[in-house]
Amino acid sequence: MADRFHVATRKGLFELVREHGTWQVADVQFLGDPVSAVLADADGTVYAALDLGHFGAKLWRRDPAGMWHELAAPAFPPKPADAADDPHPWSLGKIWVIEPGGVAGRLWAGTMPGGLFRSDDGGQSWALVEALWRMPERRQWSGVAGGEQPGIDTVLIDPRNPGDIRIGVSTGGVWASADTGASWRNINRGMYAEYMPPERREEPIAQDVHRLARCGAYPEIVWCQHHNGVFRSEDMGATWHELTAIRPSKFGFAVAAHPRDPNTAWFVPAVKDERRIPVDGKVVVARTRDGGRSFEVLRKGLPQHHAYDLVWRHALAVDASGERLAFGSTSGGLWLSEDGGDSWTMPEARLPPIAAVRFAAT
Amino acid sequence: MPTVSFTRALERFLTAPTATVEGDTVGAALAAVFASRPALRGYVLDDQGTLRRHVAVYVNDRLVGDRVGLTDPVGPRDEIYVLQALSGG
Repeated sequence: MADRFHVATRKGLFELVREHGTWQVADVQFLGDPVSAVLADADGTVYAALDLGHFGAKLWRRDPAGMWHELAAPAFPPKPADAADDPHPWSLGKIWVIEPGGVAGRLWAGTMPGGLFRSDDGGQSWALVEALWRMPERRQWSGVAGGEQPGIDTVLIDPRNPGDIRIGVSTGGVWASADTGASWRNINRGMYAEYMPPERREEPIAQDVHRLARCGAYPEIVWCQHHNGVFRSEDMGATWHELTAIRPSKFGFAVAAHPRDPNTAWFVPAVKDERRIPVDGKVVVARTRDGGRSFEVLRKGLPQHHAYDLVWRHALAVDASGERLAFGSTSGGLWLSEDGGDSWTMPEARLPPIAAVRFAAT
Repeated sequence: MPTVSFTRALERFLTAPTATVEGDTVGAALAAVFASRPALRGYVLDDQGTLRRHVAVYVNDRLVGDRVGLTDPVGPRDEIYVLQALSGG
Protein backbone atom coordinates (compact mmCIF):
# COMPACT_ATOMS: atom_id res chain seq x y z
CA MET A 1 0.00 0.00 0.00
CA ALA A 2 1.13 3.56 -0.67
CA ASP A 3 2.25 5.41 2.46
CA ARG A 4 2.63 8.72 0.67
CA PHE A 5 0.47 10.97 -1.45
CA HIS A 6 0.49 14.50 -2.80
CA VAL A 7 -2.18 17.15 -2.79
CA ALA A 8 -1.96 19.86 -5.45
CA THR A 9 -3.77 22.99 -4.31
CA ARG A 10 -4.46 26.59 -5.26
CA LYS A 11 -1.75 27.57 -2.79
CA GLY A 12 0.95 24.95 -2.95
CA LEU A 13 1.88 21.29 -3.04
CA PHE A 14 1.40 19.23 0.11
CA GLU A 15 2.91 15.81 0.73
CA LEU A 16 1.20 13.56 3.25
CA VAL A 17 2.96 10.60 4.79
CA ARG A 18 1.58 7.81 6.94
CA GLU A 19 3.46 7.38 10.19
CA HIS A 20 2.36 5.32 13.18
CA GLY A 21 -1.07 4.85 11.69
CA THR A 22 -1.85 8.51 11.06
CA TRP A 23 -1.37 10.76 8.06
CA GLN A 24 0.63 13.93 8.51
CA VAL A 25 1.64 16.80 6.25
CA ALA A 26 5.32 16.00 5.83
CA ASP A 27 6.32 18.58 3.25
CA VAL A 28 5.04 21.78 1.62
CA GLN A 29 6.40 23.23 -1.61
CA PHE A 30 5.42 26.20 -3.79
CA LEU A 31 3.46 27.71 -0.91
CA GLY A 32 1.21 30.42 -2.32
CA ASP A 33 1.33 29.22 -5.93
CA PRO A 34 -1.32 27.24 -7.82
CA VAL A 35 -0.28 23.64 -8.51
CA SER A 36 -2.28 22.09 -11.34
CA ALA A 37 -0.86 18.55 -11.61
CA VAL A 38 1.47 16.19 -9.78
CA LEU A 39 3.12 12.83 -10.42
CA ALA A 40 5.27 10.89 -7.95
CA ASP A 41 7.45 8.00 -9.10
CA ALA A 42 8.38 5.06 -6.92
CA ASP A 43 12.01 6.23 -6.71
CA GLY A 44 11.06 9.49 -5.02
CA THR A 45 11.04 11.66 -8.12
CA VAL A 46 8.12 14.08 -8.10
CA TYR A 47 6.85 16.24 -10.95
CA ALA A 48 4.75 19.30 -10.16
CA ALA A 49 3.08 21.64 -12.63
CA LEU A 50 2.48 25.23 -11.59
CA ASP A 51 -0.19 27.47 -13.06
CA LEU A 52 1.17 30.91 -12.24
CA GLY A 53 -1.37 33.65 -12.78
CA HIS A 54 1.12 36.14 -14.16
CA PHE A 55 3.99 34.07 -15.44
CA GLY A 56 2.39 31.06 -17.09
CA ALA A 57 2.53 27.30 -16.69
CA LYS A 58 5.75 25.88 -15.25
CA LEU A 59 7.12 22.43 -14.54
CA TRP A 60 9.34 21.39 -11.63
CA ARG A 61 10.94 18.10 -10.66
CA ARG A 62 12.15 16.82 -7.33
CA ASP A 63 15.03 14.41 -7.74
CA PRO A 64 15.27 11.32 -5.54
CA ALA A 65 17.68 13.20 -3.25
CA GLY A 66 14.93 15.73 -2.53
CA MET A 67 16.13 18.76 -4.51
CA TRP A 68 13.65 20.68 -6.66
CA HIS A 69 14.64 22.02 -10.08
CA GLU A 70 12.66 23.80 -12.75
CA LEU A 71 12.36 21.97 -16.07
CA ALA A 72 11.52 23.41 -19.44
CA ALA A 73 7.74 23.56 -19.66
CA PRO A 74 6.02 22.10 -22.72
CA ALA A 75 5.71 24.78 -25.41
CA PHE A 76 3.85 25.07 -28.69
CA PRO A 77 5.80 25.56 -31.93
CA PRO A 78 5.51 28.86 -33.83
CA LYS A 79 1.99 29.30 -35.14
CA PRO A 80 2.01 28.92 -38.93
CA ALA A 81 0.14 31.26 -41.25
CA ASP A 82 -2.41 28.59 -42.17
CA ALA A 83 -3.48 28.39 -38.53
CA ALA A 84 -4.61 32.00 -38.34
CA ASP A 85 -8.24 30.91 -37.92
CA ASP A 86 -7.48 28.33 -35.23
CA PRO A 87 -9.96 29.05 -32.41
CA HIS A 88 -7.46 27.95 -29.77
CA PRO A 89 -4.16 29.61 -28.82
CA TRP A 90 -0.84 28.03 -29.73
CA SER A 91 0.47 28.73 -26.28
CA LEU A 92 0.45 26.59 -23.17
CA GLY A 93 -2.39 27.47 -20.85
CA LYS A 94 -2.13 24.89 -18.11
CA ILE A 95 -0.63 21.46 -17.55
CA TRP A 96 -3.63 19.40 -16.46
CA VAL A 97 -2.17 15.93 -16.12
CA ILE A 98 1.26 14.27 -16.20
CA GLU A 99 1.50 10.51 -16.75
CA PRO A 100 4.36 8.03 -16.93
CA GLY A 101 4.74 6.60 -20.42
CA GLY A 102 5.56 3.00 -19.55
CA VAL A 103 9.09 3.34 -20.95
CA ALA A 104 12.10 4.64 -19.00
CA GLY A 105 12.22 8.42 -19.22
CA ARG A 106 8.93 8.81 -21.09
CA LEU A 107 6.21 11.12 -19.84
CA TRP A 108 3.00 12.46 -21.35
CA ALA A 109 1.45 15.80 -20.43
CA GLY A 110 -2.16 16.67 -21.17
CA THR A 111 -2.77 20.41 -21.28
CA MET A 112 -5.07 23.28 -21.99
CA PRO A 113 -5.66 24.40 -24.74
CA GLY A 114 -5.64 20.76 -25.83
CA GLY A 115 -2.03 20.00 -26.65
CA LEU A 116 -0.60 16.60 -25.81
CA PHE A 117 3.15 16.68 -25.12
CA ARG A 118 5.70 13.91 -24.89
CA SER A 119 9.05 13.74 -23.14
CA ASP A 120 11.58 10.93 -23.53
CA ASP A 121 14.15 12.34 -21.10
CA GLY A 122 12.33 12.50 -17.81
CA GLY A 123 10.76 15.88 -18.48
CA GLN A 124 13.92 17.76 -19.47
CA SER A 125 12.47 18.48 -22.89
CA TRP A 126 9.03 18.17 -24.45
CA ALA A 127 7.59 17.94 -27.92
CA LEU A 128 4.02 18.67 -28.99
CA VAL A 129 2.27 15.62 -30.47
CA GLU A 130 1.68 17.40 -33.74
CA ALA A 131 -0.26 14.59 -35.38
CA LEU A 132 -3.07 15.17 -32.90
CA TRP A 133 -2.81 18.95 -32.68
CA ARG A 134 -2.92 19.33 -36.48
CA MET A 135 -6.02 17.20 -37.00
CA PRO A 136 -8.78 19.47 -38.36
CA GLU A 137 -11.22 17.94 -35.87
CA ARG A 138 -9.13 19.25 -32.99
CA ARG A 139 -10.36 22.73 -33.78
CA GLN A 140 -13.86 21.52 -32.92
CA TRP A 141 -12.86 20.81 -29.35
CA SER A 142 -14.51 23.32 -27.07
CA GLY A 143 -13.85 25.00 -23.78
CA VAL A 144 -14.65 23.62 -20.39
CA ALA A 145 -16.14 25.26 -17.36
CA GLY A 146 -13.94 27.96 -15.91
CA GLY A 147 -12.06 28.51 -19.12
CA GLU A 148 -12.48 29.04 -22.80
CA GLN A 149 -9.94 26.40 -23.73
CA PRO A 150 -10.45 22.67 -24.18
CA GLY A 151 -8.21 20.42 -22.14
CA ILE A 152 -6.80 16.90 -22.20
CA ASP A 153 -7.80 15.68 -18.76
CA THR A 154 -6.75 12.03 -19.00
CA VAL A 155 -3.89 10.11 -20.61
CA LEU A 156 -4.16 6.30 -20.38
CA ILE A 157 -1.22 4.16 -21.40
CA ASP A 158 -1.90 0.48 -21.98
CA PRO A 159 0.24 -1.34 -19.39
CA ARG A 160 0.78 -4.13 -21.94
CA ASN A 161 1.82 -1.82 -24.77
CA PRO A 162 3.19 1.69 -24.16
CA GLY A 163 2.46 2.66 -27.76
CA ASP A 164 -1.29 2.35 -27.18
CA ILE A 165 -2.67 5.60 -25.83
CA ARG A 166 -6.17 6.84 -25.01
CA ILE A 167 -6.87 10.42 -24.05
CA GLY A 168 -9.98 12.05 -22.63
CA VAL A 169 -10.82 15.55 -23.80
CA SER A 170 -13.10 18.04 -22.14
CA THR A 171 -14.74 18.71 -24.46
CA GLY A 172 -13.82 16.49 -27.34
CA GLY A 173 -14.49 12.81 -26.57
CA VAL A 174 -12.03 9.93 -26.33
CA TRP A 175 -9.11 9.72 -28.76
CA ALA A 176 -6.87 6.74 -29.42
CA SER A 177 -3.46 6.14 -30.93
CA ALA A 178 -1.98 2.69 -31.52
CA ASP A 179 1.37 4.02 -32.71
CA THR A 180 2.75 6.11 -29.83
CA GLY A 181 0.93 9.20 -31.03
CA ALA A 182 1.76 9.15 -34.75
CA SER A 183 -1.92 8.85 -35.74
CA TRP A 184 -5.20 9.37 -33.90
CA ARG A 185 -8.87 8.46 -34.07
CA ASN A 186 -11.91 9.76 -32.15
CA ILE A 187 -13.21 6.39 -30.98
CA ASN A 188 -16.04 6.83 -28.48
CA ARG A 189 -19.52 5.55 -29.32
CA GLY A 190 -22.49 5.27 -27.02
CA MET A 191 -22.22 8.49 -25.03
CA TYR A 192 -24.75 11.29 -25.33
CA ALA A 193 -24.57 14.99 -24.58
CA GLU A 194 -27.62 16.61 -23.00
CA TYR A 195 -26.14 20.03 -23.63
CA MET A 196 -26.21 19.64 -27.43
CA PRO A 197 -29.09 20.09 -29.91
CA PRO A 198 -30.95 16.79 -30.44
CA GLU A 199 -29.38 16.13 -33.84
CA ARG A 200 -25.90 16.33 -32.39
CA ARG A 201 -26.35 14.62 -29.02
CA GLU A 202 -24.50 11.47 -29.97
CA GLU A 203 -21.59 13.01 -31.84
CA PRO A 204 -18.39 11.48 -30.46
CA ILE A 205 -16.53 14.78 -30.50
CA ALA A 206 -19.28 16.56 -28.57
CA GLN A 207 -18.86 14.40 -25.48
CA ASP A 208 -17.54 16.15 -22.40
CA VAL A 209 -15.29 13.52 -20.86
CA HIS A 210 -14.64 14.87 -17.40
CA ARG A 211 -12.30 12.02 -16.50
CA LEU A 212 -11.38 8.46 -17.51
CA ALA A 213 -10.03 5.73 -15.24
CA ARG A 214 -8.79 2.30 -16.24
CA CYS A 215 -8.46 -1.00 -14.40
CA GLY A 216 -4.73 -1.75 -14.46
CA ALA A 217 -5.14 -5.53 -14.38
CA TYR A 218 -7.87 -5.51 -17.07
CA PRO A 219 -6.89 -2.58 -19.29
CA GLU A 220 -9.86 -3.05 -21.60
CA ILE A 221 -12.11 -1.84 -18.76
CA VAL A 222 -12.39 1.96 -18.72
CA TRP A 223 -14.76 4.08 -16.64
CA CYS A 224 -15.88 7.61 -17.47
CA GLN A 225 -17.38 10.42 -15.46
CA HIS A 226 -19.02 12.43 -18.20
CA HIS A 227 -20.70 15.81 -17.93
CA ASN A 228 -24.12 14.21 -17.87
CA GLY A 229 -23.61 10.65 -16.81
CA VAL A 230 -21.39 7.80 -15.80
CA PHE A 231 -20.28 5.31 -18.47
CA ARG A 232 -18.26 2.10 -18.71
CA SER A 233 -16.40 0.56 -21.62
CA GLU A 234 -15.21 -3.02 -21.98
CA ASP A 235 -13.23 -2.39 -25.15
CA MET A 236 -10.68 0.26 -24.19
CA GLY A 237 -12.95 3.23 -24.66
CA ALA A 238 -14.51 2.50 -28.04
CA THR A 239 -18.07 1.58 -27.04
CA TRP A 240 -19.72 2.84 -23.88
CA HIS A 241 -22.83 2.03 -21.94
CA GLU A 242 -24.36 4.30 -19.35
CA LEU A 243 -24.50 3.26 -15.69
CA THR A 244 -27.88 4.62 -14.77
CA ALA A 245 -27.78 3.12 -11.27
CA ILE A 246 -25.34 5.82 -10.11
CA ARG A 247 -26.56 7.58 -6.96
CA PRO A 248 -27.25 10.18 -5.63
CA SER A 249 -26.72 11.99 -8.95
CA LYS A 250 -25.08 11.40 -12.28
CA PHE A 251 -23.06 14.62 -12.50
CA GLY A 252 -19.53 14.82 -11.17
CA PHE A 253 -15.93 15.14 -12.21
CA ALA A 254 -13.86 12.42 -10.61
CA VAL A 255 -13.63 8.65 -11.06
CA ALA A 256 -11.16 6.09 -9.74
CA ALA A 257 -10.88 2.50 -10.98
CA HIS A 258 -9.87 -0.42 -8.81
CA PRO A 259 -6.40 -1.51 -9.91
CA ARG A 260 -7.27 -5.25 -10.01
CA ASP A 261 -11.04 -5.68 -9.80
CA PRO A 262 -12.64 -4.76 -13.14
CA ASN A 263 -16.04 -4.37 -11.51
CA THR A 264 -15.12 -1.83 -8.84
CA ALA A 265 -14.92 1.94 -9.25
CA TRP A 266 -15.58 5.06 -7.20
CA PHE A 267 -17.24 8.38 -8.11
CA VAL A 268 -18.03 11.59 -6.20
CA PRO A 269 -21.43 12.75 -7.47
CA ALA A 270 -22.68 16.33 -7.25
CA VAL A 271 -25.70 18.36 -8.24
CA LYS A 272 -25.41 19.03 -11.92
CA ASP A 273 -24.08 21.46 -13.55
CA GLU A 274 -25.64 24.83 -12.89
CA ARG A 275 -24.97 24.48 -9.17
CA ARG A 276 -22.05 22.08 -8.71
CA ILE A 277 -22.51 21.27 -5.04
CA PRO A 278 -23.05 17.98 -3.21
CA VAL A 279 -26.63 16.70 -3.24
CA ASP A 280 -28.42 17.99 -0.09
CA GLY A 281 -25.14 19.40 1.23
CA LYS A 282 -23.80 15.93 2.02
CA VAL A 283 -20.40 14.75 0.76
CA VAL A 284 -20.62 11.13 -0.39
CA VAL A 285 -18.70 8.67 -2.52
CA ALA A 286 -20.53 6.27 -4.85
CA ARG A 287 -18.96 2.83 -5.22
CA THR A 288 -19.90 -0.01 -7.50
CA ARG A 289 -18.54 -3.52 -7.09
CA ASP A 290 -20.61 -5.18 -9.78
CA GLY A 291 -19.53 -3.36 -12.91
CA GLY A 292 -22.00 -0.53 -12.43
CA ARG A 293 -25.22 -2.49 -12.09
CA SER A 294 -25.59 -1.10 -8.58
CA PHE A 295 -23.94 1.53 -6.42
CA GLU A 296 -23.43 1.96 -2.70
CA VAL A 297 -23.44 5.50 -1.28
CA LEU A 298 -20.54 5.75 1.18
CA ARG A 299 -20.73 8.48 3.80
CA LYS A 300 -19.15 7.20 7.04
CA GLY A 301 -16.76 9.89 8.23
CA LEU A 302 -17.75 12.37 5.51
CA PRO A 303 -19.50 15.69 6.32
CA GLN A 304 -23.27 15.32 6.16
CA HIS A 305 -24.44 18.80 7.21
CA HIS A 306 -24.08 21.91 5.09
CA ALA A 307 -21.08 20.65 3.18
CA TYR A 308 -20.60 22.30 -0.20
CA ASP A 309 -17.37 20.65 -1.26
CA LEU A 310 -16.94 19.99 -4.96
CA VAL A 311 -14.34 17.43 -6.05
CA TRP A 312 -12.49 18.21 -9.26
CA ARG A 313 -11.58 15.57 -11.82
CA HIS A 314 -8.05 14.85 -10.62
CA ALA A 315 -8.85 15.05 -6.93
CA LEU A 316 -9.90 11.43 -6.27
CA ALA A 317 -7.22 8.75 -6.16
CA VAL A 318 -6.84 5.10 -5.28
CA ASP A 319 -3.52 3.42 -4.52
CA ALA A 320 -2.13 0.24 -6.05
CA SER A 321 -3.72 -1.91 -3.35
CA GLY A 322 -7.24 -0.73 -4.09
CA GLU A 323 -7.81 -0.22 -0.37
CA ARG A 324 -6.46 3.27 0.18
CA LEU A 325 -8.33 6.16 -1.36
CA ALA A 326 -8.07 9.90 -0.95
CA PHE A 327 -10.03 12.82 -2.27
CA GLY A 328 -9.94 16.57 -1.87
CA SER A 329 -12.37 19.39 -2.51
CA THR A 330 -12.70 22.94 -3.71
CA SER A 331 -13.19 23.91 -0.06
CA GLY A 332 -9.92 22.29 0.95
CA GLY A 333 -11.55 19.25 2.47
CA LEU A 334 -9.33 16.15 2.35
CA TRP A 335 -10.49 12.65 3.23
CA LEU A 336 -8.75 9.29 3.38
CA SER A 337 -10.02 5.76 3.45
CA GLU A 338 -8.04 2.64 4.24
CA ASP A 339 -10.90 0.23 3.68
CA GLY A 340 -11.90 0.79 0.09
CA GLY A 341 -14.20 3.69 0.93
CA ASP A 342 -16.24 2.09 3.72
CA SER A 343 -15.03 4.74 6.15
CA TRP A 344 -13.14 8.02 5.89
CA THR A 345 -10.96 10.18 8.09
CA MET A 346 -9.72 13.72 7.69
CA PRO A 347 -6.03 14.51 8.25
CA GLU A 348 -5.31 17.43 10.54
CA ALA A 349 -5.04 20.16 7.93
CA ARG A 350 -7.22 22.88 6.45
CA LEU A 351 -5.89 23.09 2.95
CA PRO A 352 -6.43 25.55 0.09
CA PRO A 353 -8.78 24.53 -2.76
CA ILE A 354 -7.60 21.17 -4.09
CA ALA A 355 -6.97 20.50 -7.78
CA ALA A 356 -5.41 17.05 -7.62
CA VAL A 357 -4.72 14.19 -5.21
CA ARG A 358 -2.31 11.43 -6.16
CA PHE A 359 -0.68 8.50 -4.42
CA ALA A 360 3.01 7.91 -5.00
CA ALA A 361 3.80 4.92 -7.17
CA THR A 362 5.00 1.95 -5.12
CA MET B 1 22.39 51.13 -23.46
CA PRO B 2 18.90 50.63 -21.98
CA THR B 3 18.44 49.04 -18.59
CA VAL B 4 15.95 46.22 -18.00
CA SER B 5 14.66 45.44 -14.51
CA PHE B 6 12.20 42.82 -13.36
CA THR B 7 9.52 42.57 -10.69
CA ARG B 8 10.81 41.05 -7.49
CA ALA B 9 7.86 38.66 -7.63
CA LEU B 10 10.05 36.55 -9.90
CA GLU B 11 12.60 35.94 -7.18
CA ARG B 12 10.68 33.00 -5.81
CA PHE B 13 11.23 31.15 -9.07
CA LEU B 14 14.53 32.29 -10.56
CA THR B 15 17.18 34.97 -10.61
CA ALA B 16 16.27 38.07 -12.59
CA PRO B 17 18.77 40.84 -11.87
CA THR B 18 18.67 44.24 -13.50
CA ALA B 19 20.66 44.20 -16.73
CA THR B 20 22.06 46.83 -19.07
CA VAL B 21 21.91 45.51 -22.61
CA GLU B 22 22.08 46.39 -26.29
CA GLY B 23 18.83 46.98 -28.13
CA ASP B 24 16.79 49.75 -29.74
CA THR B 25 13.37 48.17 -29.21
CA VAL B 26 11.69 46.53 -26.24
CA GLY B 27 11.90 43.20 -28.04
CA ALA B 28 15.61 43.52 -28.81
CA ALA B 29 16.46 44.53 -25.26
CA LEU B 30 14.46 41.65 -23.78
CA ALA B 31 16.02 39.23 -26.26
CA ALA B 32 19.45 40.35 -25.11
CA VAL B 33 18.52 39.59 -21.51
CA PHE B 34 17.03 36.20 -22.40
CA ALA B 35 20.16 35.27 -24.37
CA SER B 36 22.05 35.08 -21.09
CA ARG B 37 19.08 33.93 -18.99
CA PRO B 38 16.98 31.66 -21.20
CA ALA B 39 14.80 30.37 -18.34
CA LEU B 40 13.45 33.89 -17.82
CA ARG B 41 11.92 34.12 -21.28
CA GLY B 42 8.92 31.89 -20.54
CA TYR B 43 7.99 33.96 -17.51
CA VAL B 44 7.64 37.13 -19.59
CA LEU B 45 6.64 35.89 -23.05
CA ASP B 46 4.18 33.22 -24.14
CA ASP B 47 4.95 30.38 -26.57
CA GLN B 48 4.52 32.72 -29.57
CA GLY B 49 6.86 35.36 -28.19
CA THR B 50 4.20 37.89 -27.26
CA LEU B 51 3.94 39.46 -23.81
CA ARG B 52 2.09 37.30 -21.32
CA ARG B 53 -1.39 38.59 -20.73
CA HIS B 54 -0.76 39.48 -17.10
CA VAL B 55 2.72 40.93 -17.51
CA ALA B 56 3.08 44.70 -17.95
CA VAL B 57 6.13 46.32 -19.53
CA TYR B 58 6.90 50.01 -19.18
CA VAL B 59 9.51 52.12 -20.92
CA ASN B 60 10.23 54.74 -18.29
CA ASP B 61 6.69 55.84 -17.35
CA ARG B 62 4.96 54.59 -20.54
CA LEU B 63 3.16 51.27 -20.84
CA VAL B 64 4.35 49.63 -24.05
CA GLY B 65 1.92 49.79 -26.95
CA ASP B 66 2.98 46.78 -29.01
CA ARG B 67 2.56 43.68 -26.85
CA VAL B 68 2.83 41.34 -29.84
CA GLY B 69 5.78 42.55 -31.89
CA LEU B 70 7.51 44.38 -29.00
CA THR B 71 8.53 47.13 -31.42
CA ASP B 72 8.30 50.08 -29.03
CA PRO B 73 11.58 52.01 -29.45
CA VAL B 74 14.00 52.44 -26.58
CA GLY B 75 16.94 54.81 -26.30
CA PRO B 76 20.27 54.28 -24.59
CA ARG B 77 19.15 56.03 -21.40
CA ASP B 78 15.74 54.40 -21.14
CA GLU B 79 14.64 52.13 -18.32
CA ILE B 80 12.50 49.09 -19.14
CA TYR B 81 10.42 47.72 -16.28
CA VAL B 82 8.89 44.22 -16.46
CA LEU B 83 6.11 44.08 -13.87
CA GLN B 84 3.03 42.13 -12.88
CA ALA B 85 -0.14 43.59 -14.35
CA LEU B 86 -2.85 44.21 -11.80
CA SER B 87 -4.91 41.35 -13.10
CA GLY B 88 -4.85 37.61 -13.00
CA GLY B 89 -2.78 36.02 -10.33
